[in-house]
Amino acid sequence: MLDLRQVSKTYRVGAFGGRRLHAVRGVDFSVRPGEVVSLIGESGSGKSTIGKMVLRLISASSGTIAFEGADIAGLRGHARTKEYYSRVQGVFQDPFSCFNPIFPADRVFELVRAEYAGAVSQAHWRARVEDALTTVGLDPAQVLGKFPHQLSGGQLQRLLIARALLLDIRMLVADEIISMLDASTRIDVLNLLGDLKARGLGILFITHDLSLGNYISDTAVILRRGRVVERGATSAAFSAPAHPYTRRLLASVPQLHTSWQQADARLAQEGEGECPGCAAGGRPGEHGPVDLADDHAVGCYTAA
Amino acid sequence: MSDSAIEAKAAQAETGVSGAGGVRWRDTAHFAVRNPKLLIGAGVVLALLATGLVGPLFIDNPPNAYVGPKSAPPGGGYPLGTTSFGQDVWAQFVFGLRATFLVGLVGGGIAAAVGMVVGFTAGYRGGLVDEVLNMITNIVLVLPALVVLIIAAAYLEARGIWLQGCFIGLTSWPWVARAVRAQTLSLATRDFVDLARMSGRRAYKIVFREIAPNMSSYLFMTFILLFGGAILIAAGLDFIGLGPTRGVSLGLMMHSAVSWSALSGGMWWWFVPPGLGITAIVGSLYIMNVGLDEVFNPRLREL
Repeated sequence: MLDLRQVSKTYRVGAFGGRRLHAVRGVDFSVRPGEVVSLIGESGSGKSTIGKMVLRLISASSGTIAFEGADIAGLRGHARTKEYYSRVQGVFQDPFSCFNPIFPADRVFELVRAEYAGAVSQAHWRARVEDALTTVGLDPAQVLGKFPHQLSGGQLQRLLIARALLLDIRMLVADEIISMLDASTRIDVLNLLGDLKARGLGILFITHDLSLGNYISDTAVILRRGRVVERGATSAAFSAPAHPYTRRLLASVPQLHTSWQQADARLAQEGEGECPGCAAGGRPGEHGPVDLADDHAVGCYTAA
Repeated sequence: MSDSAIEAKAAQAETGVSGAGGVRWRDTAHFAVRNPKLLIGAGVVLALLATGLVGPLFIDNPPNAYVGPKSAPPGGGYPLGTTSFGQDVWAQFVFGLRATFLVGLVGGGIAAAVGMVVGFTAGYRGGLVDEVLNMITNIVLVLPALVVLIIAAAYLEARGIWLQGCFIGLTSWPWVARAVRAQTLSLATRDFVDLARMSGRRAYKIVFREIAPNMSSYLFMTFILLFGGAILIAAGLDFIGLGPTRGVSLGLMMHSAVSWSALSGGMWWWFVPPGLGITAIVGSLYIMNVGLDEVFNPRLREL
């Protein structure tokens, strides 16, 4: 459904744009209907940039992003953009910044109504909104007509998810949507994503939290400095990580019965191993991910 | 929920429109009517505006007609006396107020409109558009308006109030454009703008309905400052003789008072009223602006 091929994003920085900043470099992956793909990486690994490129909020410098076979860079004109957004929606990390502070929070629904459901009667629309709010576990009476500063971060975040549900979407980009929620609402939102997945939506789940990525996703894409370091079925990537970075990442998750020293010692003992891409004759630091198994690929070990 | 259930719910749902949007304005109004600076400023400006609008209705002759005795001091049939040609100073004053407000409105309006369009476009579009608009803004900013006007005056035989207003408007917008651009740049990076884009909104709607309302108080105050600024510039131009060649304005009154030695002749009633009028309007506008700042900015509110 969604296919990224060699997608890169480069920014010009510094005086006169003399220097280049490579935010995303040659990323490939796909999202199928009913599949949750996690983009996992540390801050600055380019995961949110990829999400914004998929949402067409920024354009890719090179490579193609295709949705249902059509390159989204080719969607010219307002009507086709609008059509795209009726299929693909996103929920962002910071719910406080997603609401215009001077309007009531439910204005986000009004915008959707104004653009996509102008013909729907007020009462019918209200029923649809209340239905969507109930789906995300909010009491309509508590949130409708309130200003953003009168609502909690969790409520705002769920309002945004409800907004995405008002449209008949096929793909959801969820950019760190759990980070601002407390533990009790987290599981509700995760289960909600599970429901959406069961309905056949493709979900691009962007997170820096390994356990969340492990919990929810079918496929994990681990990014570092804009490059894919490991990509594969979540079970494979998490149980048999190949790339040294992934192994280090997994080892750095705090565990009850293992101290940091033990984890470090185990990593040192295992060693980094040899990069399969370089071993097969690829140029170190430049070759793309190579397949280890059917659904498991690993990037170059030496890439900076 | 099935469609039929939604229908049923829709049927019983009242068409309740949230009244929360009104709270903010009620809040603002609450502080506005309790702010002495705003009330005094607005009171003076409105009183002078009313004088300019209503006063001319009671005057039968044109303001520059030679109707009375020459150089008569205030009193008798001429509340503000007459000029050394026998023109009624009160008539000139009320007509002049009208012209002064008109110049302020036209000049301030044009400057605000051009500045906002340029600022919003540059700030929201960014990239090359921003570069080009910024360049134009900076060029107009350093253009010496007075020199341009002297050249224009040499070519234009007859200049009216409207032309003067347009000229002032077209030379005083750059700082508005720069300020609006800066604010737009910062607001455009907020996620709610991205959310509006993902709702399929067109760019101009995002600018005017999402970004601009966030700076509405600033835009309103900008217009008031431009209004006062335009009046001041017009008075200055009139005074040095680059004003309208026909009609009357407060600046032109001062110009002719000085030209015909009202100062040395001791005819204070000729130049004091227009001078006071301009000072009162511009001063009150600035006081009003300080008051508005206190009303709009919660941190400056005195509870």
